[in-house]
Amino acid sequence: MSSLPGWRDLPRGATITEPGSSVKYKTASWRVMRPVIDQEKCIRCRICWTYCPEPAIIELDEPYTTKTGRTFKVTYSIDYDYCKGCGICAEECPVKAITMVEEVR
Amino acid sequence: MGKLVPLSGNYAVAYAAKAADVDVVAAYPITPQTAVVEKLAEFVANGELHAEFLHVESEHSALSAVVGASATGARVFTATSAQGLLLMYEIMHIASTMRLPIVMGIATRAISAPINIWCDHSDFMAAADTGWIMFMAINAQEAHDLVIAAYRIAEDPDVHLPVAVGYDGFIVSHTIEPVNIIEKEEALRYAPKRVTWFTLNPEKPVTMGSLASPEWYYEFRVQLQKALESSAKVITTAFREFKQHFGREYREVDGFYTDDADVILVTMGSTTGTAISYAEEARKAGLKVGVLNVRLFRPFPEREVLKHIEEAKVVAVIDRALNPGSSFVGPLYSDIAVTAFKKGLDIPITNYVTGLGGRAVLKSHLDTIVKHAYGLIGKRMRDIDTHYAFVGVRE
Repeated sequence: MSSLPGWRDLPRGATITEPGSSVKYKTASWRVMRPVIDQEKCIRCRICWTYCPEPAIIELDEPYTTKTGRTFKVTYSIDYDYCKGCGICAEECPVKAITMVEEVR
Repeated sequence: MGKLVPLSGNYAVAYAAKAADVDVVAAYPITPQTAVVEKLAEFVANGELHAEFLHVESEHSALSAVVGASATGARVFTATSAQGLLLMYEIMHIASTMRLPIVMGIATRAISAPINIWCDHSDFMAAADTGWIMFMAINAQEAHDLVIAAYRIAEDPDVHLPVAVGYDGFIVSHTIEPVNIIEKEEALRYAPKRVTWFTLNPEKPVTMGSLASPEWYYEFRVQLQKALESSAKVITTAFREFKQHFGREYREVDGFYTDDADVILVTMGSTTGTAISYAEEARKAGLKVGVLNVRLFRPFPEREVLKHIEEAKVVAVIDRALNPGSSFVGPLYSDIAVTAFKKGLDIPITNYVTGLGGRAVLKSHLDTIVKHAYGLIGKRMRDIDTHYAFVGVRE
């Protein structure tokens, strides 16, 4: 926090003078539980991606082959800069491939 | 020089807003302020004032509307009283911390319950912690002049704060007095329209009124405190310039017979006039009474107050408001007592709450106060059992 500007240097009245600066605001700091995807169980149904309110589920163009030999064209991962740990993805996952684990910082 | 016209305090305030050539007015009628809005609506309707007059459904909306208008760079005005001011309370903090140079007139009135439309300072004092610069006028001329000075101060690049000008409900708002009106050209020479604050402009986009998390909020509240502190210098300059432009001299506080006074009555608003008249009579009867009128309430002019009270034997602070259950009882008292305490001034400083809900503050009340204060001469604060009294109430 000491690296942030002091009251003398901040623009008056809490005005934000840089347009579009909200993208720099990482909103994941209040997450208590983090979702973790088990790539072996995941069937690439895209339901988590659809339900995520953020959206913090990322669809990567990366093929993945499971130990049982099934190959998928895409991989789902989680954007931990914005995921707030709501757990909707884990709740909706039809194959229980997403588990919520305690966030340790 | 302007021309002398018989005007009520409310009309004097409306004429001042017109002279300041305001761009946007949003206000909701409430007694005793209503005539201000009526007059401004008339000015707009007959083409004397080229402003946007916003008909809003409440005072909350009135102040919100001028916050928005001010954020676009418009010169704005609103006015209210009592319950209306309380409804604005939430937005008052927003206006000040967003550093918007809004000017508001407050025809001071008692707060419900019971419902009471008459004068006291309960509404004005309830706004004392909202971060606005606050003046209290003693008559219609002052109300007129201070509204114009308010624009000079509020819009100063070293200030950027909202300013409220209080004047006693009915006693000032409805009494017709000769008022030297400032014309638009003169007002704009003194307080030219210069937009130096952050504004909403698509050419230069900014975000105003955003969220500030714990890492950011505190700094902006400190900015507000520092802004009020440093506004004191601009207020002094604005008063000096006012005298150069219009010939009338204003100060943060006025001392009347304070140089050799045993007892100093500290007053705000129309009570000051009664107190000066009383002091003149009391002096003929051998009581060395002085009067200190507090015109600038926020930022509280500690240095100027001290200059007048440090030689006194007793300071009697008169409040037309009450902070029920507080250690100080009257709001003006708290500022005077802390000011004295910080400089180690160990004389009796007592508080007299009077004139609530429009009860007249009479010379006989002031005489009771002065006689009581005389009985405390030579004592120190620790020798006094009760620091406050109600004057003019039925037991």
